[in-house]
Amino acid sequence: MSAPLYGLVLTGGRSSRMGQDKAALRVGGRSQLEHATALLAPHVARVFVSVRRDQRADPLRAGFEQIEDTHEDLGPIAGIVAAQERFPESAWLVLACDLPLLDAATLEFLVRARAPGRLATAFRSSHDALPEPLCAVYEPGSRAALIAYVARGRNCPRKFLMGADVHLIDEPNPRALDNANTPEEYAAAMNTRSEAPAAATRRLTVQYFALLREQAGRGTESLVTAARTPRELYAELAHRYPFTLDPSVLRVAINSEFGDWSAPLAEGDAVVFIPPVAGG
Amino acid sequence: MIAPFRFSRAPIDVAALRATLADPACGGYAAFEGWVRDHNEGQRVRHLEYEAYEALAMREAERIVAEAAARFGIAHAACAHRVGDLAVGELAVWVGVSAAHRDEAFRACRYIIDEIKHRLPIWKKEHYLNGDSGWVNCERCAAAPHEHAHGRPGAHP
Repeated sequence: MSAPLYGLVLTGGRSSRMGQDKAALRVGGRSQLEHATALLAPHVARVFVSVRRDQRADPLRAGFEQIEDTHEDLGPIAGIVAAQERFPESAWLVLACDLPLLDAATLEFLVRARAPGRLATAFRSSHDALPEPLCAVYEPGSRAALIAYVARGRNCPRKFLMGADVHLIDEPNPRALDNANTPEEYAAAMNTRSEAPAAATRRLTVQYFALLREQAGRGTESLVTAARTPRELYAELAHRYPFTLDPSVLRVAINSEFGDWSAPLAEGDAVVFIPPVAGG
Repeated sequence: MIAPFRFSRAPIDVAALRATLADPACGGYAAFEGWVRDHNEGQRVRHLEYEAYEALAMREAERIVAEAAARFGIAHAACAHRVGDLAVGELAVWVGVSAAHRDEAFRACRYIIDEIKHRLPIWKKEHYLNGDSGWVNCERCAAAPHEHAHGRPGAHP
């Protein structure tokens, strides 16, 4: 059983290095706050915006359900603590509002990988391999640990995750969590968006048969992956499932036709790994 | 020519399939029946389970039959393969061919069943009298230990 998932966009930062409210910066024709809430909405039961008291009436934030910080000057961890205090039975999908490169596929990847039995599920940063605390799922069980952490005078959410029982996953798109704290970073992110509007991920369907079906524990699944070829996809799946078959004994089918291990995979492809056959 | 290959969850109706091969121009008819055997590689088999990737198997079977037609000049061919649970003695696969003469009928029938066994994505799980079970051709090649670790315990509930 997993707890219901609520969404939280953190907007309480002072944006001091940016020199203007980061939540209001434009990305893809709307504010970063609207961008973040739109990404969250398909995955969560309710979306909230984390605010400081003096931001409550701000026109950009007034249209959303708000959760006001209960601790002052703690930074983003205050927003998470306040959300857990208000709905302790919910898990929280927490997003910073300054992730202009965050894409739907990355968020979906996170939600699918969620491990409700752990304290949190988070990406391992593609830059330094440390947990990314501000695009992560915090389970109800993390509440007591977070409160204790804050009570010790600590407020770094990344260090909290480094010391907690966290399910860490690799980013399907290594640029997705680049944040923009300064005008220069924001400009660089906008450049990246225009250069590479399509994320480096694709949605695939994988069908499993026979031994692979039993070892995967499912007959089919839809997934978002950065794998570019069947070879990379099988390596990714073999990491997730206890597959015993070496790729050398398998064949590959793409869209119901035999395919090649190094064929490029496209959005929407249906992939099957074919164990040694035994008809007749 | 009718659809040359089909999967069946129910017992194969051989008389109906055979009737599709009738042709006044044909003087020869050959058929092969594959039955569920009660033993395999020293183990006593209680029953079998067949599973197929049907979309791809149908396409590949049509290619096999077309190859046989081109190569042996047969008039008609029909094949059926069971999927699901089968008891010992049941008919698992049936191939029938009609041709002008017996030689091409025999040879095409042999070609088709051999290719079906080697090329179609169909899998067989044997359930043994001693309670064990295993996917034929999959368990042994899986026995070699792997250097890389598979999965992290508890990582995916």
